[in-house]
Amino acid sequence: MGRTLFDKIWESHVITERDDGTALLFIDRHLVHDATAQAFDQLKAEGKKVRRPDLTFGMADHYIATHHDPERDPVHDDMVTTLAENARDQHIMSFGAGDERQGIVHVAGPELGLTLPGTLLVCGDSHTSTHGALGALAFGIGTSEVAHVLATQTLWQKRPRSMHIRIDGELGPYVTAKDLILTIISTIGANGGAGHVIEYSGKVIDELSIESRLTLCNMSIEAGARAGMIAPDETTFAYLKGKPFAPQGENFERAVSVWRNLTSDADAQHDAEITIEARAIAPTVTWGNSPETALPVTDHVPTLEEIEVNKREQYSATIEYMGLEPGEKLTSLVVDRVFIGSCTNSRLEDLREAAKIAKLGKAKVPTVVVPGSQQVRRQAEQEGLHEIFLQAGFEWREPGCSMCVAMNGDSVPDGARCASTSNRNFAGRQGPGSRTHLMSPAMAAAAAITGHLTDVRELEGIKC
Amino acid sequence: MLAFTEHRGQVLRLPWENIDTDQIIPARYLHRPRDAGYGEQLFHDLRFTPDGSLRVGFPLNDPTKAESSILVAGRNFGCGSSREHAVWALLDYGFRVVIAPDFGDIFFNNSLKNGLLAIRMDEQSIESLMQVGGDSTILTVDLSRQSITNRDGVSLEFDIDSYRKEALLKGESEVQMTFRLLDEIKEFEGRHITENPWIETP
Repeated sequence: MGRTLFDKIWESHVITERDDGTALLFIDRHLVHDATAQAFDQLKAEGKKVRRPDLTFGMADHYIATHHDPERDPVHDDMVTTLAENARDQHIMSFGAGDERQGIVHVAGPELGLTLPGTLLVCGDSHTSTHGALGALAFGIGTSEVAHVLATQTLWQKRPRSMHIRIDGELGPYVTAKDLILTIISTIGANGGAGHVIEYSGKVIDELSIESRLTLCNMSIEAGARAGMIAPDETTFAYLKGKPFAPQGENFERAVSVWRNLTSDADAQHDAEITIEARAIAPTVTWGNSPETALPVTDHVPTLEEIEVNKREQYSATIEYMGLEPGEKLTSLVVDRVFIGSCTNSRLEDLREAAKIAKLGKAKVPTVVVPGSQQVRRQAEQEGLHEIFLQAGFEWREPGCSMCVAMNGDSVPDGARCASTSNRNFAGRQGPGSRTHLMSPAMAAAAAITGHLTDVRELEGIKC
Repeated sequence: MLAFTEHRGQVLRLPWENIDTDQIIPARYLHRPRDAGYGEQLFHDLRFTPDGSLRVGFPLNDPTKAESSILVAGRNFGCGSSREHAVWALLDYGFRVVIAPDFGDIFFNNSLKNGLLAIRMDEQSIESLMQVGGDSTILTVDLSRQSITNRDGVSLEFDIDSYRKEALLKGESEVQMTFRLLDEIKEFEGRHITENPWIETP
């Protein structure tokens, strides 16, 4: 029987296997960031050193400042410094504050060519699923596992099952990879992919840019999946060519000839099969505190009667937390903040989409744009996107995780409603009491200039 | 790692779905060193109002439940962020067992690597254990027998991978266990990098 893309990468990394199916896997790439200090402490407590510093790369993103904040807690800078110290002590190449290659690890990693097809990549961050967009097997791990990889360059894992999601049809105007993944999550549920690695394929995927594929794979974890992945194709190879950490010259051609085999065989069987029709998808927003609460922006906040009986208690708590009226139109929700950024939606393509909308008006509420990396920031500035944002009254900042995870001091105030391009609308995620609605960059920019959730397709001056 | 053999304790029920690790431990506490302890921060924003007073109605704030050490949770417990601090917060508060229909995969792995026994059990089985004594149920969890027993003597078996079970019973560091395989790792590594040289050299 044929093998899936996942099977091929998994099996080529198994060093040994135990009777219960737990495998010891070799790790090709280990990315660490400024919120993994405790793993280095564990490594020292074990009396070990980093075994393969040449396969380990550091990136300051979670705690890094995105603007000058006189009230910034010095402990946040300490975390950035601690990463630099650990990297120096362990001879790891690390991209910290002031480095022109710095950025969010899931934005800067792919753009530097650190993420390669067929490799097994891990990082102590759940959104590591992002890197599967380039045909890698990539997943997030916890602190103890980070310490284990640092010490051994290996990891014990139980083999996940595989799920295939095929996307047919085509995406409509202003319907993006973000709308697609939110729709997938609401279709299969926040644990629909639990214990699985998802492989995405179909005409829509073939036509997506790498940046959009990264957005799609990024939020696979929000469906509970270990990883998301897409078979590498000509789009992938063209993206990787010339990247500083990708193979160069003849080595690149040799690598591509191997990478071309990284597809699921025609007779391969996945453990689960799902089909999504792209034409049915509208610009999508979330209303509750789980990404599975995604709905077309044309819809309304669910009423009690529309909720399954055993979920009503939790529904009522969510309605109260989010400050919603059951049945009200989603487009009537007035926002207090807009955040455009995060490892989901802070790449050049995202900023171009947001800028197109920003051109149409002025921000009605405080709006922050945080590019995903220094490279994205430079490219956006070369194209003049920052001027468009500034003219629209949006703030233009330095790269980092920022208001997505609210660990560096950037946060949404208690009770404030935020239209956000990030990945999680959990209670308190963007700060205690914050109310997050997830959406695409164009939709967030539309909310910024109208002051409420808006169907971007209906904005005056938009051609659909 | 903290070893786990047998544990008897009081159940706290938290039947909501999709309790994410941001709820278990908010991000603003993650910079603390491990030995600073995280028990006070467990479920912080669910337990406390912004002015620091206890939120009425949150199960852990019931004085008769404060000593609970077995958490019985809803579907997809521990989803979201990979932060291992969620496990540390539960352990530091005093929890040793979490039972749920299913878990966030990373949380599940993190639990077992720290001596917090995460048990997957379907809702029907959970209910059959909970029938006695309602919310104040006392359960005994025996890892070597893979059993959960309530005060009426109702006993159910649970599944766990043999490797994880062995590691938990011994409380041995996984890093030290893996180092015994170093020769095998090096042999694989040499072959793997010869076949895929771009892993090492651009």
